Formats: sequence, C-alpha cells, structure tokens
Amino acid sequence: MSRTPLDTVEHAAETPDVELPWAELGLKKDEYEKVVEILGRRPTGAELAMYSVMWSEHCSYKSSKVHLRQFGEKAPQSDALLVGIGENAGVVDVGQGYAVTFKVESHNHPSYVEPYQGAATGVGGIVRDIIAMGARPVAVVDPLRFGAADHPDTKRVLPGVVAGIGGYGNCLGLPNIGGEVVFDACYQGNPLVNAGAIGVMRHEDIHLAKASGTGNKVILYGARTGGDGIGGASILASETFDDAKPSKRPAVQVGDPFQEKLLIECTLEAFKEKLVVGIQDLGAAGLSCATSELASNGSGGMTVTLDDVPLRDSTLSPEEILMSESQERMCAVVEPSKVDRFLEICDKWDVIATVIGEVTDGDRLEIFWHGGKIVDVDPRTVAHDGPVYERPYARPSWQDALQADDANKLARPGTSEELKSQVLALVSSPNQASKKWITSQYDHFVQGNTVLAQPEDSGMIRIDEETGLGVAIATDGNGRYAKLDPYAGAQLALSEAYRNVATTGAKPLAVSDCLNFGSPEDPAVMWQFAEAIRGLADACQQLGTPVTGGNVSLYNQTGDVAIHPTPVVAVLGVIDDVARRTPVAFQEEGQLLYLLGETREEFGGSAWSQVVHDHLGGLPPKVDLERERLLAEILISASRDGMIDSAHDLSDGGLIQAVVESALLGEKGARLIVPDGLDAFTFLFSESAGRAVVAIPRSEELRFNDMCGARGLPVTRIGVVDGESVEIQGEFALSLEELREAHEGTIPALLA
Amino acid sequence: MTARIGVVTFPGSLDDRDTQRAIRLAGAEPVALWHKDKNLHQVDAVVLPGGFSYGDYLRAGAISRFSPVMETVIEQAKSGLPVLGICNGFQILTEAHLLPGAMLGNNHLHFICRDQKLRVENADTAWTSDYVSGQEIHIPLKNMDGRYVADEHTLDELEAEGRVVFRYLARGGATNEPGNPNGSLRDIAGITNAAGNVVGLMPHPEHAVEALVGSGRTDGLPFFTSILKKLVNA
Repeated sequence: MSRTPLDTVEHAAETPDVELPWAELGLKKDEYEKVVEILGRRPTGAELAMYSVMWSEHCSYKSSKVHLRQFGEKAPQSDALLVGIGENAGVVDVGQGYAVTFKVESHNHPSYVEPYQGAATGVGGIVRDIIAMGARPVAVVDPLRFGAADHPDTKRVLPGVVAGIGGYGNCLGLPNIGGEVVFDACYQGNPLVNAGAIGVMRHEDIHLAKASGTGNKVILYGARTGGDGIGGASILASETFDDAKPSKRPAVQVGDPFQEKLLIECTLEAFKEKLVVGIQDLGAAGLSCATSELASNGSGGMTVTLDDVPLRDSTLSPEEILMSESQERMCAVVEPSKVDRFLEICDKWDVIATVIGEVTDGDRLEIFWHGGKIVDVDPRTVAHDGPVYERPYARPSWQDALQADDANKLARPGTSEELKSQVLALVSSPNQASKKWITSQYDHFVQGNTVLAQPEDSGMIRIDEETGLGVAIATDGNGRYAKLDPYAGAQLALSEAYRNVATTGAKPLAVSDCLNFGSPEDPAVMWQFAEAIRGLADACQQLGTPVTGGNVSLYNQTGDVAIHPTPVVAVLGVIDDVARRTPVAFQEEGQLLYLLGETREEFGGSAWSQVVHDHLGGLPPKVDLERERLLAEILISASRDGMIDSAHDLSDGGLIQAVVESALLGEKGARLIVPDGLDAFTFLFSESAGRAVVAIPRSEELRFNDMCGARGLPVTRIGVVDGESVEIQGEFALSLEELREAHEGTIPALLA
Repeated sequence: MTARIGVVTFPGSLDDRDTQRAIRLAGAEPVALWHKDKNLHQVDAVVLPGGFSYGDYLRAGAISRFSPVMETVIEQAKSGLPVLGICNGFQILTEAHLLPGAMLGNNHLHFICRDQKLRVENADTAWTSDYVSGQEIHIPLKNMDGRYVADEHTLDELEAEGRVVFRYLARGGATNEPGNPNGSLRDIAGITNAAGNVVGLMPHPEHAVEALVGSGRTDGLPFFTSILKKLVNA
C-alpha cells in the first residue's frame, strides 16, 4: 500500500494540477473556482473539506440568505431583544434580570433515514445551542410532521422519532412541554422533525461564539471524535488520499444523552466561575464550523493542532476529524490562567477536555497535522463569505386553480345527525385526536417548574420560585394553509402561536422559526419560500415580535413532489406570575362560555375539509394581525385580573374541537347555543383566525363584557359548562364517554 | 431545630434539585452529596433521586451502586439511616441489595410519564408516617424500566411482613387507563426493608409538592414531612 504525502499547504502550492473531488463533496464548479481564487492556490484536502461543508446549503444558507435578510430589515423595535439573529440562538430580556434564549431547528433528513438517532441528535444539537449562549436549558418542544397516519412507513418512522426524542430529552432531564404532531400524505418520505429548546440565564451570563485575546487557549471538551456523521468528507479521505481505507461510515450521528447531561453541568459550572471567554458547540460541520466561526467572530486568528483531538478511532484522517459530526462536543476559549481550573471542572464531571489550539494575533486560521500545516485560511471566507444565490422564483401555474377550488362550496351536513357524525369524525381524525400516546413518552415534570405542558395551548415554565416569573412557548404551523397561500400561511402560523401564548396568560415577546420547504432549485418552491418569509417578516413587524433566529430546511421533497410549504413558528412569551396562568380544561360547572372574535364562513385548508372531503383548495382564513393583538391583550388582562378560569384558542378543527378538548381535560361537559346570525355548521367548524373560547365565573361576567366592549372586541355568549356531555342545543349531544373514546382511541389504535 | 437531609448527585441524576426543593418546602435542610465523596456530611437521612445515573448503561442503577458514596450509604442504612430511593434511586437500592427484587423494562416497552394513582399500604415507615394506611394518593410516574419483579417467595414475604408500601391503582372515573402502568408484579409501586428505614418507589413524590407546578397536587409532600417529624422528634 502506498501513501500519498500529507497534503500540506506547501504541497498544495507545489502541485497546482492535482485534481480534487470537489464535485463529490457537493461544490459547484464556480464555487470551487472561488475557493482557488480566495486562497490563490488550490486548496489542500483539509481546506477543501472545510469549504465544502461550510458552504453547503445547511451551513451557509446560500439559497435562503437573500430572503432571510428581511427578518433583520423589518425587525420591529423591541427593548426585549438582547442578542439577535446570527448567534447560536437569540436572547430575550424577560425582566427581573433574567434572559431567555430559545430556538427551533430541523433534523428532518436524518430522522427519515434513522428515526431514533435522527430525532435524538436533533434534541442534542438544539440543547447545545442553548448551553453555548450561557443558559441552563429548561425545556424542549417538538413540532413533528409525518406521512399519512395509516401509511405503513409512518409506523416505522413515528415510534422511532418519538422514542428518540424521549430517550434523549428524558435522559437529559429536560421537560418536554409542547410541540405538535401533524399527519399529511405530503410528508411521506419527508417527515419533519423540528426540535426547539429554551434556556434561562441572568443577563450578565450571556456568552457568545467568539475567540478573542491573543494567547487564550482553545479547549475541545466532551465526547471523543469518531467517524460518525462524516458524510462527504469520507469520499475525500478514502478515495483521494488513502485508497486502502474503508469508505463506508455512518452518515447519521449517534447520540449519547448521558454524555450531554455531563456536558451541560460541566459547562454551566465553568460559566458560573467565569472561566469562559467564548464558546461554540460542535454540530453540523463539527470542528470545521466551530474553529472557523469562533475565529472569524473574534479579533484574532487561531492555530489548532489536530493531533491533540481525542479520537474514538485512531485511523481517522485529518479531513475526517475536521468534518466529523460526533455528538456531545463543545469548544471553549479560555484564558491561560484559567485553563487548569476549567480542566479540573471537566475532570470532576468525567468529561474529557483537551487544549487543541490557541488564539493568535494574526487573522488566519491555521491547522496542523503531524507537524505539517494543512489549513491556512481567512476564517471569514469559510464561515461567512460563502456563495449567495438569487434563485429564480415564480408563482406556480397551479396556484390560481388551487385557490379557485373553493372549500366553502363543499357539501355541508344536511341534518343534525350528519353534523353529529362529522363532529365525531373530526375529533377522532389523526390530526385532531389526542396525542397522549406520544406525549406520555416524554417527561414533562423534571426540574419541577413545569406549570403547563401539552396539550395546553402553550408550555409554561416557572423561572423564579420567589416571584413566580415564567415563560411560555408555543409552536405552530399549518402546511395546508401555507400551500393555499404561503404569505398568509406564514402569518397564520405566527398568529396561532402568538394567540396560544396569550391564551395561557403570557405576553408574546419574540419569535423563532423553522422553515421547512422543498427544493430551492424549483422556482415554485422558491416562490413559496420567498412569500412565506415576506409574510412572516411583515407580520412580526406589525405584532412587534422580532425573529431572534431559527433554521431553514430545504430539499424536503421526493422526486418532483415537495412537501407543503411548512413554516413552523415558535413564539416566546413572558408572564409575571405563573399563578395567573390560564389552562385549557374547564374548571367549574356553571361557568359561562364566551366566544371571542368573529366567525366567518372560512373552510379553505380546514380540518373539516380534509377529514370529511379529503379536500385542499380555496383560500386560508383571513389574517387580521390587529385583531390578534387585541385578542391577546384581552386574554392577558383577563388572566391577570382573574376574570377567566379557562381558555382555548380556536384554530384547526374550529370551535367544536376546542370545546371538546376543554371538556375532556376538565371532565366537565358543555351546553352550547348556536348564536344568532350563524348556522350550526359554521359555528362549529369554521377556522376563522383571531378567536378563542373562554370560561368565565358568573361573578366576572359583567366586568369581562365591559372590558371587551370598551376595547372593541366582539364577544358572544355561547353556553355554559355543564353536565356529562357536549350538547349543541337543538342539534345533538355527545356524551363525554363517547367523545373520549373517539378522541383518545385513534392514535393508540394506529400506532401502539 | 431541623433535620439535614442529603440528596446524592450521581452523573446523570436529574431530579436532585427538585428533591432538594421538596425537602426545603417540607421545612428540612437539603444537603447536596456527591457520588465521588464517601463522606455523608452528618446528614440525618439520604435521598437517592431519580434520573439516569451513568446513562442507565449496563442496567439501571448497576454502576451507581458501586460509587464511593454508596459504600457509606449501604453501611449506614444497615444501621438505621433513613434512605429513600426514588425511581432511579429505587433501582440503585435494589442493585445494592438494600431492597429485594429488581426493575425490568416496562411491559409496553415505552417510557411512560403520567400522574399515577397509588394506595398507601404501609404508613409506618420512616418516609410514610404522615399518610394513613389505605390512603389513595396521586404521584407522578415517569420511567422506562419500572416493572418491579421478584420471585414468588420474596413477594409473599413482602406482603406477609407488610413491606409493600405503595400499590398502583386504576384511576377510575372517565378515563380507562389501566392502573398498573408497567406490569409490576402484584401492582407493587414501592417497598421497604424489614426495619422500615429504607424505602424505594418508582413514582416521584418530589414532583407533587406544589399546587402550581408538576402534577398540580401536593400528595408527595408527606414523604418529606414524615421524615422531618421523625428526625426532629427523635
């Protein structure tokens, strides 16, 4: 076996004509030529590996960047934002000296290939982003989307994903407090596994990913580096530089939550002692990303000796070490005088920690291997100066026909009996059915601060035991609405998450998003993407909730068929005293039910049109952001002043879905009267936005009505909490038992 | 005066801080104990909290049982130190042979998290004296390996000696959830040693100590007031 000499910078300069496998690594010809131009020579194998992975769509946002800029350009003035887009996660001021960081990310593709590990490492990755900001993670949420509930492959993917999220998050000690589970045939082959996390810190504890201070040490700590998650780099390593090595390595990473739990505790202890100048987690693109980002965000350069990286597999090549996505690793920049103490803390937690380099006064990132210099680059060119594409986009030719296929014209139930059977069909349909079988596999008690968890409208965590200060988070997205109108669909996702936070009594403050779309190379998909971002940015501006960060996941498509455009929006809110939170469940018989907002004939993209007619067409519900804001103000005031005892937002499935959920959770029925001016069908199934249903103690009725009247919010008394059934007067009654069987039986029957 | 109650943190312990909070809310003084430290720092009682110590690798509790702190806990438990093992702590106690039997994977093979109805079968232990025998309570349950098993002889002996402390009960009412959440033999949720100073259970009383958070009930608080009264009155 013959070994080619080490491909050092010097060697690269001397051998300009060596052909490198840039295409196999996913670079386009002009991208490779740009690398050569930047360096003034051909890249070394290690440099090529770094550029190829950092310039990938996933790391560089090259197709989405031009659109994502709007989140910054249209960002509303907000005193709450402490750290905005661009860092590991955004940071929001929630008062009393506390700051909260939160973010949602996708782990879609790995979760389809290997559901358990894909989903598990998705949780691990987002949690490290939170720790890297200086915060203690306090909760996770998981918005999930799968193919049709009865498709055989869903039975492979979903249980694995759920077990992976639980297996990792439960073992980390993070309560899982929210998220969604949606089924739609469009996600067959492209399930969406989004993972969100929240962390809490004091203002002074915010940490950033930058390496500054000449002479400061770069410490790699956590798990050893292995051959997992290498993807493209192994092509480079095995085919070009050493033919004798096995080239097949797992492309999906394997998670070890126990290691990550130690990493959390050890990192927080180091933060507490103020030992850390800068910090970055190792996620996508591993050390390539961490070193180039730390160096480019700092004031100086950096040298790294790859030989010092602790390895799980001693045969790894330097390119593989740079690319490895082995989980549970972090990189810290520490002053020389504090290195010993830092290493001591790592040792206390049995975490391996190694000094692998230092910050220099130059402006280059230099990486050494076996004494040779294998990387010599300006780190900015790797981390930030990747290609930017203005991908062509065009409104698809079928959009008009889709919108013209009006759902309001679908056949409606003709009799009370038919109405009743459609209600049962709705509440037992996989999307509207109880997800208890899934959520009971997640720990929602750990840490002892969970005030609300799914199926509540938002998850809520107490962050101060003395004052009762808390934060709430809701994630929402409706791909069906977004397919009908991506601009409105994105705004409706924001409206719903915003409303859900307010329904529980918290004030919405900031937004994170996970934008799941098909291939950006398809102009129709690119149009959906551009429209969704424009819609979301406009709506965030109007509602005063800045986007603090998020994630884009493209190429969610099989062949020519893309998923529904699925912007998932997370809204973070704050509540001064969690004792004032409003739950979904009916609390007391005799309380009055009020419908807040206006109900119109809006069935485009509705759950009813899907369940009863398997139909998707027309226009989604009308967006009215000023109404959302007013509704939120009313819900927050009413909660603070003790006027309402339960509240539920109205969204997919409409009023009947909300009432059934509140009734089953509270184990109390309801008698409803169809209000004047509405027919029973529209009353029950319309999905008009900007609405909620609340239960009010009789003693508060007058005060509540006065408040709504004074502020101009339409309210309608629709009934009373009462009995053992949900009854629509003059139409039908369904016993709680019947409803429970329908609502809670579906998912276990499909998946257990 | 109050009592000092130690809470051991193993690598991978998760409910250690929650347990310290529960002890504080009951009026006792929580003391953090570290798995590598044999010294119990003059605590009057010890709680082994829930979590996934050592990642549950090998077998839940199997590695922790050999940690330095456990040497002292095992020794002192045998001479009467009150010890409570919650979930992973219960698993550690069985691995340490302070309690008989073992925990296997749940019979449905899933992690399960829910508010669980229990019946207090023995209100005479160091940790349950603030309950009354036969009392029905709700305590959150969350685990992957919670199925209690022992040989028939041991089970008979536990029952004959009144050493079954908690049993799983069906919730009743509108929901049809089966009472036994994991296939535990004879619906056993928690047991005690013959002396009554060592108690282990799978459900998590530390998650039911405040009306506002967790399960929204305070049914778990008597664990901590029981031991406090015992220690203070001793």
